[in-house]
Amino acid sequence: MSIDMSQFHATFFEEGHEHLDEMERVLMAIDLSAPQAEDLDTIFRAAHSIKGGSGIFGFDALTTVTHVMENILEQVRSGSMSLTQPLVDCLLGTSDHLRAILESYRNQSEINWTEIGDITHSLEVWLTAEGPAPQVEQGYGFFEPLQQPGRDDSYGFFDQDESEQAGSDDGFGFFEPLPATAELPEVPVAGAAPTDVAATSSPAQPSNTTETAPAKPVVRPDSSQPAQRSEREASSIRVDIVKVDQLVNMVGELVITQSMLNLIGSEVQGPETERLHAALVELERNTRELQESIMSIRMLPISFVFNRFPRVVRDLSSKLHKRVELVVEGGQTEIDKGLIERLADPLTHLVRNSLDHGIEQPEERLRKGKPECGRLTLRAEQKGGNILISVIDDGAGLNRERILQKAAEKSIELPEHPTDSQVWQLIMAPGFSTAAEVTDVSGRGVGMDVVKRNIEHMGGRIEIESRTGEGAKFQIRLPLTLAILDGMSVAVGEQHFIIPLVNIIESVQPSPEQIKQIKKQEMLELRDAYWPIVPLYQVMQVEGARTAISEAILVLIETSKTRFALMVDDLIGQQQVVIKSLEQHYRRVPGIAGATIMGDGSVALILDAESLAQRVDESLMMKETV
Amino acid sequence: MSDNAGDTIKPESSTCEFLTFTLGDEHYGLDIMQVREIRGYEPVTKIANAPPFIKGVLNLRGDVVPIVDLRIKFDVGRAEYNEFTIVIMLHIGDRIVGIVVDAVSDVINFQKQDIKPPPEFGVAFDSQYLFGLAPINNNMIILLNIEKLISSQELGLFDASSAAQETQ
Repeated sequence: MSIDMSQFHATFFEEGHEHLDEMERVLMAIDLSAPQAEDLDTIFRAAHSIKGGSGIFGFDALTTVTHVMENILEQVRSGSMSLTQPLVDCLLGTSDHLRAILESYRNQSEINWTEIGDITHSLEVWLTAEGPAPQVEQGYGFFEPLQQPGRDDSYGFFDQDESEQAGSDDGFGFFEPLPATAELPEVPVAGAAPTDVAATSSPAQPSNTTETAPAKPVVRPDSSQPAQRSEREASSIRVDIVKVDQLVNMVGELVITQSMLNLIGSEVQGPETERLHAALVELERNTRELQESIMSIRMLPISFVFNRFPRVVRDLSSKLHKRVELVVEGGQTEIDKGLIERLADPLTHLVRNSLDHGIEQPEERLRKGKPECGRLTLRAEQKGGNILISVIDDGAGLNRERILQKAAEKSIELPEHPTDSQVWQLIMAPGFSTAAEVTDVSGRGVGMDVVKRNIEHMGGRIEIESRTGEGAKFQIRLPLTLAILDGMSVAVGEQHFIIPLVNIIESVQPSPEQIKQIKKQEMLELRDAYWPIVPLYQVMQVEGARTAISEAILVLIETSKTRFALMVDDLIGQQQVVIKSLEQHYRRVPGIAGATIMGDGSVALILDAESLAQRVDESLMMKETV
Repeated sequence: MSDNAGDTIKPESSTCEFLTFTLGDEHYGLDIMQVREIRGYEPVTKIANAPPFIKGVLNLRGDVVPIVDLRIKFDVGRAEYNEFTIVIMLHIGDRIVGIVVDAVSDVINFQKQDIKPPPEFGVAFDSQYLFGLAPINNNMIILLNIEKLISSQELGLFDASSAAQETQ
């Protein structure tokens, strides 16, 4: 092959991982008693695509393993081997190995051939134990489909253009495996070709039939191929995140330029003004839409992280001999891509912990009158300016006594009568583990402090709730760093602030008789409720704001802790804003959740209603003591 | 932060380029490699409960960047803002920080041997934030270790924990 193949390697590796993910997903979901032909096809296709691609690139280790895998799947598909739990386990295990091999190729590290031999062997056992092996040795299982044309006439041949997409020009990967002959059974390749064509020209691709002359199977139907390819690309493309970030920044600049143009446009006089304004309005709308769509690129549903957990829970629960049902809620919650990647590790830790320490053995659960099958819930939701991710189990809960005892052993200082939450926080101290014995799942005490640190790095925090005998809940609270927030823009003096819309109940223009004084604190009386009034100009130290309450506007705000009325000069309008972290270049500011860039390029601060509420209480107490 | 006023200019180079600027009547210089850009002063968004020398934040092409007025912090010159007031945007580690100065003068190459050790007193800056002094024409240029200054606890620009990480 004359083309430099290395340029396609990256794509192959990424796709390889995708195929393995897919395989794993289907294997997890498959119904053992009545496996769907479609599912089996999917698994087969995944293995097959990897084999095809690895053949092209000469990644022999992958080819060897996937080949055997394919043979097994082949038999399952044809019904000569039944799908059993141990077989699924074995296949899952193999997919892990494939992942590892894929990584070693990617890192260009040494391939452990003895290990490959072991894997292949463990797979081959299935072939010899069940089903007629000789049949399978007849190259590649390609010939099988013909015997059962009704069900699987396409047989994963079409995904060949997937490995095709991985970059090769030289068709189909069917002919490439030859360099790897050492591992592959002797196959009359030329003989395989006609079969291939026969299959290719099956109903799924009728247009090809005319173009693919049976005599020259190697010639690809060039005209139809690119069309197919672009169809596939339209559904999703792979883009470097750096490029997306560049786009985000560029569009930010564009918005500023656009608003500068607007300013200039409003000053222009003359006959062309009308047309200029129309164009500017158009530009403004387009820019805003562009900004919105670009911002949404970075956001991904959190199911990207959650999807890995069915596997984790399954493997772990069978290892621990526990029965656990995993419930996933709110997988559609969108979160910044950057956070998604960093969430995976801490979440895995929490899930493992819950399975290992939280959920009890089935017998014990039955004894306690709980259902035998434990329940682990992964939940994501957006609340205010935060994303809440919870790991909830219905296990034994944290053991207060044992934690305290352990704390005493490690001579960790404690207040005299620690509250529950103070005790729970202890488990996140470095080196702390209450597991009665160290297992390879957890118990080494390096877990929770790392989890805590990771989450704090993301600007979040972790809260623990626990009830003995009923279960524990670990809640991660993350800020929406690059998320978009619906906010109300308000003016105080010269400055603008954004109040998250979720916190706002309503806005009122108070009449003098609605304002009461209670303990020197001004209160708004509205429909028989009293709202303490918090002047924003005081909290944020803004000069030149209106100080008379009757002239101002009160925004009624509700947080999880309290309710109050925020006094501002004016309401500007409701808008979506992009949250920028203040901490990136500066530091955390009390009462401020972040900053955003307004249409005119200026910076507006986003208020953090929760922490403002805390300040309310403080200032109330201050006033009472004075 | 340990007091190592002894370490002056980076040892690997015998010459170093400095951007010189004025604060009031005094001339200062900082390593040009840390300068991101120079721009005119624009109105900033004030931040509540910040010390007076932190003027606020502004939008630098999508980044929300704090602006520090060194004239207020070190009480040199008068903190006026007019069309000649300059903001120097600096790279400090991963962060961007703007400093307000009265004027930017020049870019000057200094030989290492030209740089005199900093005096213990007589300048507005603590000597631990200085590389040294360099005489140019009849002026004395005070060469700042701007990175150390900006990330210092004294300025409180960064959270203590993150500042500590960055100096590691």
